Order: sequence, then structure tokens, then C-alpha cells
Amino acid sequence: MSAGDIAMRNMQDGLAVPTFDDPAWVDPIPLADATVAIVTSAALHPAGRDEFGAGDTSYRVLDRAERDLVLGHWSPNFDRSGIKLDLNVVYPIDRLEELAADGTIGAVAPRHVSFAGNQPDDVATIRHDTGPAAAAALRADGVDIAIFTPV
Amino acid sequence: MCVLAHVFEAAGIATIVLASSRSVAERMTPPRTLFCEFPLGRPLGHPGDAGFQHDVLRRAFALLDADGPVLDEHPDVIEGLEEGLSCQLPPRFDADLPPAVDEAKGIRKAWERTLDKRGHTDIGRVVSGPDEVPELLAVLDRIANGAHWKDDVELPGGNTIAIVHDIRTYYEEAALELADGPPPAGRAMEAWFYEQTEAGKTVMAARAAAKDQEAPFPVWFYMSPAHR
Repeated sequence: MSAGDIAMRNMQDGLAVPTFDDPAWVDPIPLADATVAIVTSAALHPAGRDEFGAGDTSYRVLDRAERDLVLGHWSPNFDRSGIKLDLNVVYPIDRLEELAADGTIGAVAPRHVSFAGNQPDDVATIRHDTGPAAAAALRADGVDIAIFTPV
Repeated sequence: MCVLAHVFEAAGIATIVLASSRSVAERMTPPRTLFCEFPLGRPLGHPGDAGFQHDVLRRAFALLDADGPVLDEHPDVIEGLEEGLSCQLPPRFDADLPPAVDEAKGIRKAWERTLDKRGHTDIGRVVSGPDEVPELLAVLDRIANGAHWKDDVELPGGNTIAIVHDIRTYYEEAALELADGPPPAGRAMEAWFYEQTEAGKTVMAARAAAKDQEAPFPVWFYMSPAHR
């Protein structure tokens, strides 16, 4: 592994994390019937608008058809070249379209969600405010399953 | 991501996390986790490899069959190498300019070719366009050569993280056109920027100077990845 990734994973090993008592559990519907969305922490936003600020706790809603997306994350501590070569290595939207076309999944969600991964340590806002709001928005779109992609 | 997985599950959505840190996932126990030991910043593994990306998704969706919280891991480990990028840089053109400023002007055409292909750029935190990138380097060059980070220069946008983001992104976008060989491994382009370019050396020299000047920690520390 690269020295940079080792350093970051070691840092994460010592990171204090919040706990969840009595965590929720959803029994999923069959994948072939499910509407699937992507939730990423890459702070993706459409080019030229809706930029993320440093320490941003809000989220962006990404239209299914949008591909002109900018990596708005403020951390210098991860590779940024992969997404410039292929958006799908962070945000596998074309892969989901292919899985919908061949019937593996029921449908691609009309909207997807992007947060910034570098959150304040207490993660209070995404836990109690913006996270539930984003989840409710996707659920209102009929999303059954979400796949989470970190950077 | 693990926090959000719990939140989304509570809203009635079945969640699967492609975790980049096994220890965080083990401690936070999101409902379904596929730990992927891939370069940070590449959660689907390989750019441009649809087959591999589908393999990751197939293994992730397979976790939906579990009756309770589950953590599996992808069998492949992908190394993020900090070497191996072969990238031609322009020769010195204007000896009156600081080397990094001259270099940044020299890679402009390559940056434009990438812009034409991608259709957008990721620069723009402090600059309004590529013309201003050499000016950012001129400011950092002054700090590297003794100017005080706060008293002697005006930091564009007032934020060194944003300044370095725009410089590094400009270089990495140009490097997509300048690099020879296969697509760069995770971290290879970062290593090229910080170790081989005049711009990267200027950033590191300005970072060290600002630290010596006792600038606040966030002002200098985040000008490079933490391990540098």
C-alpha cells in the first residue's frame, strides 16, 4: 500500500466513532425489483455551481443524467486522478444503468446524493439533519437500496 | 459513510457501504459492508475497468441476502503506488520567472487538451480560470523565499488549501495529457506533482516556510497530504 493510504488508514484506526444503539434494519425487496441510488462522500457537484465549502455539512442532489461532475472534497489525502479518468470509479452511475438494462436491478434512481466526507468530528448535522433529509428525498423518489461510495 | 448508512436504513432504505476503512466499519457496524482495500479515492477499484467495477457491485449486492449485519471484504487488494508516472515537463522558457511559474505556463496547452476531452475542469476554488494559476505559484514562491505568509503577501482567496487545490488540480489535469504509459496508479500523480514538478517543490517550500513562521496549523499543514 502507498505511504499516504497507510497513513490515512492508521489515522482512521484511531478515530473516535459515534455509536448507534438499536440500529435500524430493512429487509430489502428483491434486487431485480428495486430502485437503486448512489450516495457518495466525494462532495460531487455539477460543474460551475453548488460548490462545497470547507467543512460543508450539506448535500447535493445529482440528477441521474448528470455526468459533468466535479470532485468538491477539500481533503488532499486521497487520489484524485482516478475520477478524472473515469467518473465511475467513484460514482458508478453508468454501471447502474447497465445493471438496470440487463434486469439485474429494477431501476436506477432518478436522483442521487453527494456529501462531503470530511465532516466535523461529532457528525451531528449529517446524523440528525442533512442525512435524514437526504434519505427522505430519496425515499420519496421510491429508492429501495442505496450503495455508499467513500473517498 | 457508516453514519449515513444507519441514517438511511432508519428512513427505510436498505444500505450497502463500500468501506475504505475496515476498523471504522467494524466499530460502527453499518448494516451491510463490503471492505475494499483499494487506493483511497477509488472505491470501485480500477478506473476504466467496467468488468472490475461490476464485480465490486455484484459482491456488494450479494450482501442483501444476509439476515443481519454483515461485513465482507473484496478478495483483491489494489496498491496505490507513489511512483511510476512518466510525465514530460516543458523545458525552461523564461529565465526571468520563478521556475514554477514558468513551468505552469508551459503546461497550459496540455491542460487545455484535457479540458476539451472532459468538458469541464475541477479548478476554481480561488481562480476564475487557468491564467491565474501561475499567479498563485508566484505568491507561494515569494513565501518560499522569505516573504511572510500574512504580512508580506496577499493570499488569493485567503486560503492556502484552496490555492494548492487549484494548482495541483491544474497540474493533474495537464498530466492526463502529458503522461506516458498505462493509467496512473492511485497516488502516482500526487507523487509526481509533489516530488517532480517545480510547482510541487514550491508548494512544499512555502509550506515549510509558513510553518517556520509559526502560521496557524491549518494554514500550512493541509497544503500537502498528511504523510508528506
